Amino acid sequence: MSSQPAIRESRVSRTAVMALMFLLAIYFLLPVYFLIVAATKPQGDLASTNGLAFSDFNLFENLRVLFTRSDGIFGLWAMNTVFYAVLGAAVGTLISALCGYALAKFHFRGREFLFSVILGGVLVPTTALALPLFLLFSATGLVNTYLAVFLPSIVSPFGVYLARIFANASVPQELVESARLDGAGEFRTFFSVAFKLMTPALVTIFLFQFVAIWNNFFLPMVMLQKESLFPITLGLYQWNGQTARAPLLQQSVITGSLVSIVPVIIVFILLQRFWRTGLAAGSLK
Amino acid sequence: MTGIATRATRAVASSEGRRRRLNGGGPRAGTVIAFLIPFFLPFVLFYLVPVGYALWQSVRVVRRTGGQYGTSYTTFGGFEQYAEVFQNSEFWASIGRIGLFGVVQVPVMLFVALIMALLLDTPLLRLKSFFRITAFMPYAVPGVIAAIMWSYLYSPQLSPIVDLLKGIGLEPDFLGPGAVLWSAANVSTWLWTGYNMLIMYAALQSIPQELYEAAKIDGASNWTIAWRIKVPIIAPSIVLTTVFSIIGTLQLYAEPAVLRQISSNISSTFTPNMLAYAVASGNNYQQAAAISVVIAVITFVLSFGFMRLTSKKAGL
Repeated sequence: MSSQPAIRESRVSRTAVMALMFLLAIYFLLPVYFLIVAATKPQGDLASTNGLAFSDFNLFENLRVLFTRSDGIFGLWAMNTVFYAVLGAAVGTLISALCGYALAKFHFRGREFLFSVILGGVLVPTTALALPLFLLFSATGLVNTYLAVFLPSIVSPFGVYLARIFANASVPQELVESARLDGAGEFRTFFSVAFKLMTPALVTIFLFQFVAIWNNFFLPMVMLQKESLFPITLGLYQWNGQTARAPLLQQSVITGSLVSIVPVIIVFILLQRFWRTGLAAGSLK
Repeated sequence: MTGIATRATRAVASSEGRRRRLNGGGPRAGTVIAFLIPFFLPFVLFYLVPVGYALWQSVRVVRRTGGQYGTSYTTFGGFEQYAEVFQNSEFWASIGRIGLFGVVQVPVMLFVALIMALLLDTPLLRLKSFFRITAFMPYAVPGVIAAIMWSYLYSPQLSPIVDLLKGIGLEPDFLGPGAVLWSAANVSTWLWTGYNMLIMYAALQSIPQELYEAAKIDGASNWTIAWRIKVPIIAPSIVLTTVFSIIGTLQLYAEPAVLRQISSNISSTFTPNMLAYAVASGNNYQQAAAISVVIAVITFVLSFGFMRLTSKKAGL
């Protein structure tokens, strides 16, 4: 009998908690839902029909227009994005892993100093770097090339920080020692022993760096004038600025936004166990 | 024979092992450098050199020989550029705007994130992975695209939200002079709440369960456990998310730049970074460098200041 009020109380709070979380979930889903609905509509229906309800299904025509507009430049932007973000994150992860592993497993003079310099790098705003980089790159003729965006993107101080934590946590010192006793060189030890043990961590670093490059709007905007070198974000930004003069672009901006984010969201859902461990490690200070 | 040979190699190997261990057990200097250089070379070139170059630029000034039409040359100007930054009313206006933005947006976002993290950590909630993924999903969306998505939800012609509010007799103007800052703040909140929530949630999950059992035996309610035990333990994560948020706020560029495309109430100097870019576009690189350096210094001071302040208070 005495437990009755407690049960009622927990039912009330359970309902309240679920209601609150559903409200928040609607908030997070709303813009994406709106985008999905809008991407399926003909341009004419965008303003004249309810934004949250489907009208005529025109998605495939919208996609065709999107990918054929300006000689198919959207497809080029998509490939550029893959180049900047996927390849940049892959190279960045590898060099972060080598450096973080060395900082974790090798004892040498100046180790802590180097690590503090890298940690200081985490605090430097990337936007503060972009303008001086532009001046340096224009002096060396690198502005308006793929490399102008790619090269600075591979550097991730945060990646080194994570790699060091992960190397300490997942590569036992005894294993490194015994590989040395077996006569394996340090690189052999790294690639055949440590690399495998660190794989989940490396996927995490890759994902974080991928998002950082994918999100970095300021650097490509400063470096690139040639439209053919743009990543999707910069291209859509430019189209979006032209919709006042060319209203038909609106539908392509909407469809293009959907095309650009849905694959990334799916990858994130599929790989969630990786970024969750990454966040867990990042939060342990 | 083979037995002796093996024993001999083993002896050599173990003596070499012992010698290495006495030396500190590490590889040769050349090997260490080979591991470090692939990161450090680009780090120096694309991080340290630009920082140094910005500092150098910021103490330069452009002068002209003769009158206004004389040839220009750059020379050392000391703190002239910085004096100009501090006298620039647009700079202070942008700092004031971003300060107001941060003082409101950061606490609201982190409070919501904390509540969500605490709720995800209770047995009260079901569908946990659904809520976790939904909240984190915006992290995969770039700021530019998030701002484009929200700008359609703000625009009077397209927005279902504006329609809905009109239906109940309101006349919302999300892009008006008073509202547009908060419309931008909403985009940041949408983007980053879930990310911050997950950092806090990850920290909550590493707390040993026995602690709660002990507290329950002492008669603590769920409420007390949450505020008196969980929150203090994850304080370092809350500090971390606050510092990240401060850095993010001071760097604000993409979201207001996108909203500027549809609202005349966002100027080209709306945030400090937009001001730096506008000045650089006017070819005044020395002044732009000085602004960038000032933004970076403010970022450092606020981040470190906040960390020191909270670590003293919490005794961490």
